Amino acid sequence: MPDGNDLFKTFITGIVLGVAAAAGALYAFPAVDQIREASIVSVAANGGNTESFHVNVPMDRVMVGAPGQKQPLPVGMEWPADELLSDVRVELFKVRNARDTVIGVASRTAARDGDVQIIDWVLHLPARGSVFVNMQPQATAGGYRKGELRAGSREFAPLHGHMTERWVPDTSGDEDAPAGRIELLATYVGKPEPETL
Amino acid sequence: MKYVIALLLGLLVGVVVFAAGMIYNPFIVDRGLSPLSVTDAKVITLNYSGVPADAIVFTNDGESRQRPHPDKVLQLWEAPIRQTSAMATVMRDARSQTAGLGIKFSSRSERTRLLHGEALTDSVWYIYLPGRGSLFIEQSENYWPFLREVVFPAYRSSANKWKGMWLGDTTAGPGALGTAAVTGGSGSLRGLKMNGVESLSARAYSVDEGPISVEGRLLIEMPEAELADDDLEAAELDARASRE
Repeated sequence: MPDGNDLFKTFITGIVLGVAAAAGALYAFPAVDQIREASIVSVAANGGNTESFHVNVPMDRVMVGAPGQKQPLPVGMEWPADELLSDVRVELFKVRNARDTVIGVASRTAARDGDVQIIDWVLHLPARGSVFVNMQPQATAGGYRKGELRAGSREFAPLHGHMTERWVPDTSGDEDAPAGRIELLATYVGKPEPETL
Repeated sequence: MKYVIALLLGLLVGVVVFAAGMIYNPFIVDRGLSPLSVTDAKVITLNYSGVPADAIVFTNDGESRQRPHPDKVLQLWEAPIRQTSAMATVMRDARSQTAGLGIKFSSRSERTRLLHGEALTDSVWYIYLPGRGSLFIEQSENYWPFLREVVFPAYRSSANKWKGMWLGDTTAGPGALGTAAVTGGSGSLRGLKMNGVESLSARAYSVDEGPISVEGRLLIEMPEAELADDDLEAAELDARASRE
């Protein structure tokens, strides 16, 4: 016959074990585990590293926001009617790496502020960090537009460099091929070490 | 057999006791006032609605409590971005006038430590303010106080809803004082390095629908020497209105 006192002791032992097991599990197993894709980075010829991203258009487009659109994307989106935003165009995309795998999201904002044209990219790669790039408004020969890495977070925080964007139309003729892709080529350069005396 | 049942019951109670202790841990306290709420420097105040249906576009993996808006927006279902949300919204100044557009990307952070009261997200804002320029804000946010004081009480409520008044800062870094890092990208803000704090003001939350009445606010501390006269005037008005 089990003794009531022994049963109670077993119950209390169970509570202690339960607390310990829950704390141990919470400590040992991460609450958040981001899926990582191995980055594909190459060494650049004149210093730094390069990494290419692309956006397949139209399948990776999440949003195209601009005033006066006849067919807004996504369907049902209402662009604010405020006059202040009449010269702004915002696009949101999914971003792919060189293996054509989606690894992040990005925004491209184009705006005219008086005589100044602004084109800014933000790339957000959940497992790695984010990059903020100011593009030059004028495209160079070959349809490239170049921009400067202004800021970054986490993995990209200590990096300088630049990024180019280019529209590459699809020439494959495949039925399910995208109309084209926006090609982004980032070149990362580490910030110089402070000189030591 | 009775001993096994007693042990299993004890284990179950132990897990529940641990969960309750973690949620109501008195040693995990809010950080209190943010350094920017008592600053004498000029601040830019930007408000936005924290309700996804009020955004221009809000999207996530489509399985979260916060539903994508509009319904037909492309969802972020691919594995590397499944724990990420993206939002484009109108930013309003302290006088509730349209100030510009904000885009926010948030991802659950692997640095989350629930044992320490940290439910972290890594988020970035891109904000375009016509006439002033663009801003990039990088921060980690801690949603544990919001979960503890708004979301869990909603689950405990028989109506699966929470109503009340909760105000708290979500920004928890990377700045030493728990502030966000703000970089000016263009216009008069170009090249400026600033600090910022994001806060939420919640009045209603539903277990089924997520936030029902939640307002977000960004406070950005301006470096005084870099301000032009007209910016000073606007920033002063913003600062005054935000303190009122």
